[in-house]
Amino acid sequence: MPPETSTSSAGGKEGSSGPSSKKNSKKPKYSKFSQQELPAWKPILTPGWVISIFAFTGIIFIPIGLASLYASEKVVELPFQYDQKCIPSEYSNNAEAYIKSTTTNKTCTATFKVEKTMKSPIYVYYQLTNYFQNHRRYVKSKSEDQLRQKSAEEDTDDCKPEARTPDGQPIVPCGLIAWSLFNDTYKIKVKGKHLKISKKNIAWQSDQTKKFGSDVYPKNFQAGGLIGGAKLNESIPLSGQEDLIVWMRTAALSTFRKLYGKIETDLEANEELSLVIENNYNTYSFGGKKTLVLSTATWIGGKNDFLGLAYIFIGGLSLFFAVCFLLMYLFKPR
Amino acid sequence: MKRYVYINDEESARDIYCDNCISNRKYTLLNFLPKNLWEQFSRFMNQYFLLIACLQLWPLITPVNPASTWGPLIFIFAVSASKEAWDDYNRYLSDKKANEKEVWVVSKGIKKHIQSQDIHVGTIVWLRENDEVPCDLVLIGTSDPQGLCYIETSALDGETDLKTRAVPSACNGIDVELLHKIKGVIECPNPDKDIRRFDANMRLFPPFIDNDVCPLTIKNTILQSCYLRNTEWACGVAVYTGNETKLGMSRGIPEPKLTAMDAMIDKLTGAIFVFQIVVVMVLGIAGNVWKDTEAKKQWYVLYPNEGPWFELLVIPLRFELLCSIMIPISIKVSLDLVKSLYAKFIDWDDQMVDSETGIPSHATNTAISEDLGQVEYILTDKTGTLTENKMIFKRCCISGIFYGNENGDAMKDTELLSAVACGSPDVVRFLTVMAICNTVIPTRSKIGDILYKAQSQDEDALVNAAARLHMVFFNKNGNILEVKFNSTILNYEILDTLEFTSDRKRMSVVVKDCQNGNILLLSKGADEAILPFVRAGQQTRNFIEAVEQYAHLGLRTLCLAWRELKEDEYQQWSLMFKEANSTLVDREWRVAEVCQIIEHDWEVLGVTAIEDRLQDGVPETIETLRKAGINFWMLTGDKQNTAIQIALSCNFISPEPKGQLLSIDGKTKDEVCRSLERVLLTMRITPSEPKDVAFVVDGWALEIVLNHYRKAFTELAILSRTAICCRVTPSQKAQLVELLKSCDYRTLAIGDGGNDVRMIQTADIGVGISGREGLQAARAADYSVGKFRFLKRLILVHGRYSYNRTAFLSQYSFYKSLLICFIQIFFSFISGVSGTSLFNSVSLMAYNVFYTSVPVLVSVLDKDLSEETVMQHPQILFYCQAGRLLNPSTFAGWFGRSLFHAIVVFVITIHAYASEKSETEEVSMVALSGCIWLQAFVVAMETNSFTILQHLAIWGNLAAFYIINFIFSAIPSSGMYTIMFRLCQQPSYWITIFLTAAAGMGPILAIKYFRFTYRPSKINTLQQAERLGGPILSLATIEPQSRSIEKDVSSLSITQPKNRSSVYEPLLSDSPNATRRSLGAGTPFDFFQSASRLSLSSSYTRNCKDN
Repeated sequence: MPPETSTSSAGGKEGSSGPSSKKNSKKPKYSKFSQQELPAWKPILTPGWVISIFAFTGIIFIPIGLASLYASEKVVELPFQYDQKCIPSEYSNNAEAYIKSTTTNKTCTATFKVEKTMKSPIYVYYQLTNYFQNHRRYVKSKSEDQLRQKSAEEDTDDCKPEARTPDGQPIVPCGLIAWSLFNDTYKIKVKGKHLKISKKNIAWQSDQTKKFGSDVYPKNFQAGGLIGGAKLNESIPLSGQEDLIVWMRTAALSTFRKLYGKIETDLEANEELSLVIENNYNTYSFGGKKTLVLSTATWIGGKNDFLGLAYIFIGGLSLFFAVCFLLMYLFKPR
Repeated sequence: MKRYVYINDEESARDIYCDNCISNRKYTLLNFLPKNLWEQFSRFMNQYFLLIACLQLWPLITPVNPASTWGPLIFIFAVSASKEAWDDYNRYLSDKKANEKEVWVVSKGIKKHIQSQDIHVGTIVWLRENDEVPCDLVLIGTSDPQGLCYIETSALDGETDLKTRAVPSACNGIDVELLHKIKGVIECPNPDKDIRRFDANMRLFPPFIDNDVCPLTIKNTILQSCYLRNTEWACGVAVYTGNETKLGMSRGIPEPKLTAMDAMIDKLTGAIFVFQIVVVMVLGIAGNVWKDTEAKKQWYVLYPNEGPWFELLVIPLRFELLCSIMIPISIKVSLDLVKSLYAKFIDWDDQMVDSETGIPSHATNTAISEDLGQVEYILTDKTGTLTENKMIFKRCCISGIFYGNENGDAMKDTELLSAVACGSPDVVRFLTVMAICNTVIPTRSKIGDILYKAQSQDEDALVNAAARLHMVFFNKNGNILEVKFNSTILNYEILDTLEFTSDRKRMSVVVKDCQNGNILLLSKGADEAILPFVRAGQQTRNFIEAVEQYAHLGLRTLCLAWRELKEDEYQQWSLMFKEANSTLVDREWRVAEVCQIIEHDWEVLGVTAIEDRLQDGVPETIETLRKAGINFWMLTGDKQNTAIQIALSCNFISPEPKGQLLSIDGKTKDEVCRSLERVLLTMRITPSEPKDVAFVVDGWALEIVLNHYRKAFTELAILSRTAICCRVTPSQKAQLVELLKSCDYRTLAIGDGGNDVRMIQTADIGVGISGREGLQAARAADYSVGKFRFLKRLILVHGRYSYNRTAFLSQYSFYKSLLICFIQIFFSFISGVSGTSLFNSVSLMAYNVFYTSVPVLVSVLDKDLSEETVMQHPQILFYCQAGRLLNPSTFAGWFGRSLFHAIVVFVITIHAYASEKSETEEVSMVALSGCIWLQAFVVAMETNSFTILQHLAIWGNLAAFYIINFIFSAIPSSGMYTIMFRLCQQPSYWITIFLTAAAGMGPILAIKYFRFTYRPSKINTLQQAERLGGPILSLATIEPQSRSIEKDVSSLSITQPKNRSSVYEPLLSDSPNATRRSLGAGTPFDFFQSASRLSLSSSYTRNCKDN
């Protein structure tokens, strides 16, 4: 596109060009805007421009794609799906009854191997699938005001059906999101030693300071007939309940990971990890999978090949277009 | 129905008739809100939005805060309401000024000052010189002993000359003092809007004698808004007051015109609405199914087992609300805004200012600029429109002798001058008729020159010419005309004036020669109104020959004739004339009948020929617009020969052998029918050869054709590019417009006189020329221009740009609304079809009214081709005419584009922001940013010329998006708190956005480039030619690749709708000399070929804006 700055000039012989002085005051005043004559850049799609745009895009995108892919490959990810493994064999046909029962032993152990050295910090995630945190009934069912300040305790209108206890007391925190708080717990042992999973600073700092009040204490929570998920320690204010805060940042997709904790020590390759899982959370009724994920992170975040592949694909496509158009231009200019 | 006005007796009328309070207001303070809301809500779009907004008040179903619809809705309503209120307030102020004006009235015999609004029917109003007339009055006295006064009626009909008004005979000569006490009754029709008619009677009560009924005509009235001039004072009885005056009645809100584009946009809106309903139903059913099967298993959602009765409706309604943004709420406001800017551009255009008068062009109707670009037929008046309407007496034929034939100017013809000098009786009589057979009023300017105030340009020309030939009409003293001929002063007394009407086509005066007491009938008129009635024995062959000869030269001819009347013949006739003049019903017809009785047995004196010069640039304008594929019809009241001559001289038709003019004539039904069929047959055959075929029809035949052979004529109208209709009446002009409109053509009517008003109002676009015949046409028109040649710029520049811009803007509005809506729909599939909104309320509201509407508004500055290129290649207008840039298929392209972009944004977002990053607010902002970036690039890619404002709006808007979101991210209580800061720190955010932009725009750029280079539309070809430097290539050089397309798409052309392709029939080619001129250097090039190729290739390239 030749950057041709041109001024559309007056169209020829006709009319009075310029401000010829006439007595009539209604005569419009001359200005580039009112005459639609502002200087304009008028690019057109010349082969040179288009081919270079595509070539440039290709040349830029492929390295970025490779870098992203490299970063993603560098991430060491250890997923461990345990939803089926943690069902005792006698309940394998009736997992729902097992999980709902209060009498069954929910503790479950497993071991797995670290395949590659993992540098700290290692993030511990739990991953749920087929779980619709984005369902309309669900996302709306919370009260921001109640979470923020003690004075808004009664503000539970949006929280139905988990707004109040049967005798009318407000539930703090109210709503389906809080009520369904994830309650599996994990313990990891390396060589017989407990590995510390730090639960500090797993939530967003901004949520802890501005969205969840430090004077708001759980009240009447999970006290009703139906027990959803985890219970909360009533002596810790909401701003300190980081698991809740993480949970309440709802996911937009039905498969999601949430941060459970961080491991601040490195894990060597081929180390055996033994897991102790308290398998409490019911995903069996809707067939959702539960996975524990240990993962490191790079500048791109967790393991995600999509961006890298997409960049390489788009970059390749651009180069393909560039070459095609170049060839077309050489053999058949128009 | 009649109205009885009791003079000087306001009490009796007070209750029956309204006072003189003028009100142009639409609203009052009290009814403003309800009435305005009612009006706004009578539009379907607004009803729809109101329904959506109301549904959103139901918290169970609303996906977002109701403010996201109420906000824009209230904003839009407030904007239009305040515009209305402001207009109305201004009207109120001007009304108030008029109503509170002080006037002198006579009340109970005493003269006093009151406010204009307190005048009642029957009140006697006194006016002084230069006063404005406050209401419709019947004159009862003036300062003039003859009972005459002069008024200027320009505010009423735009005519600037002075008109004479006379006191009715019954009141003539009543003493000023007595006028205070005058009593009587005026019997007049109920108020109407006809400013040329007032058929009433007056009877004065004793002691003002006479028991006679005195007839009143419009001549005895002075109407509201006129000015009293050259008269010391005048007084009259109020007959119509307030809004019931002639002016008040003719006021009224004209039917709003709807452009073809608006209709198309409405149609597309309807289609989207249907699509939306389908989507809502599908998703609603899917949602309910999912709820009944899956949602019951999702225990954390805690669906109750038993829902309320309307449970089944909840999910569909939620989706209805989610999808409501499919129909962009901003489109009407954006369109109104840009349309008023188009109109402003017309008003501001320096190149459309009439350099002679300094009058700029003006767009009265701001809503129909796009239609200008889609004009297919131009119906033009001749006199004053194509010609200057500046009449100059050029030639004459007096008793068989031609003057002015040698040098083309009779004034310089020595023979005539010597004939005048020696006082040849024929010449003197001829000059006498020229000088006094008229309604001209001579006035004296300050330096003593005689100025003529004439109602018709022809009369002005004749009187001036007579004066230059030493027959100077220098004073009119009541009924006495004083004429000076070679220093002898002659006096004539006017006895009667038989006025000109377009039916009679002649006018006469009966005068008494004060020298010898002879009574003379002096007449002038069209040849066919005079020559058939000559006295037995006189040869008219000479005159017929003269008329024909002059008409061939394009001159306007008038025959002058006279006759001596016998005293008793006149007396007898005079009585009949008086009687006819006082009839209440069908007065005009009766008068004409009586006139007929005396207007015969003339002795023809000669023929005058008056030249009406063509306006500057008329042939070029017609040629250019013709090349643009616009068909021209000339509708004129003039005679056939003159019309044809003018048509030839302004390129309207081509001379033989290139052109062929077919004529439809005949006096009877059968003759006309046969002639019509013959013409039709020729027309059907000729398309095979590139020849200019036009037909000419006169008013008489046209009447028969329109009444009996409408179908055949319609076919002819479609086949013929050019037509000349002569001797047509105003209503026939309107009928012809109607006929073309009924064939689904866009018509533009252009005219300058009162006789064009109906045609102008009927046509899709009315253009008025603010010319010499007054402003009547200009007032009724949608656009007023100073000269015919501005039409070229009006259509090719303003019309075309407006069309292109609106086409882009409207489709883009749908594109961006659909884009965000599709993303919402896709999101619903991964959110359990529950109707969750991915975007928050703030984003949704700002998206439609702010982020996406600002950049597109500056597309009003976009120019795909420069003005010069368009002027040089007017064929390009075809894209607008045929609606190539906005039609269902281009719309489908935009629809596809939004679907594609939605998929790109959605897929990339949910994959890039998966697993641990899938936080709702972040995902939503990533998707929104993707949309904003894509739309910025789409606007940029569709922009052909970037001015500083476009850069500001497009890139500034992108920056504004981030700034606004940073602000929202800084508010702790907002749902978006810290989100945008967080995102902008992540490299993956930027990587995702660039990926979205590249993936979304890459294919579109590739397709656009491919089309542009290998399947170029005519527009693209010209763009290349224009911008790749050097001189603009002639069309011949771009032939080769057009030809290849022709091969490829020849099969496609069949699918073109038939009546459309007829616009570009081969027959529509230009005359060869026209083409040669446009190509300058004389490149051998056949326009016909390129035209047909254009029509072929354009069907292929109509989708050029699709992707």
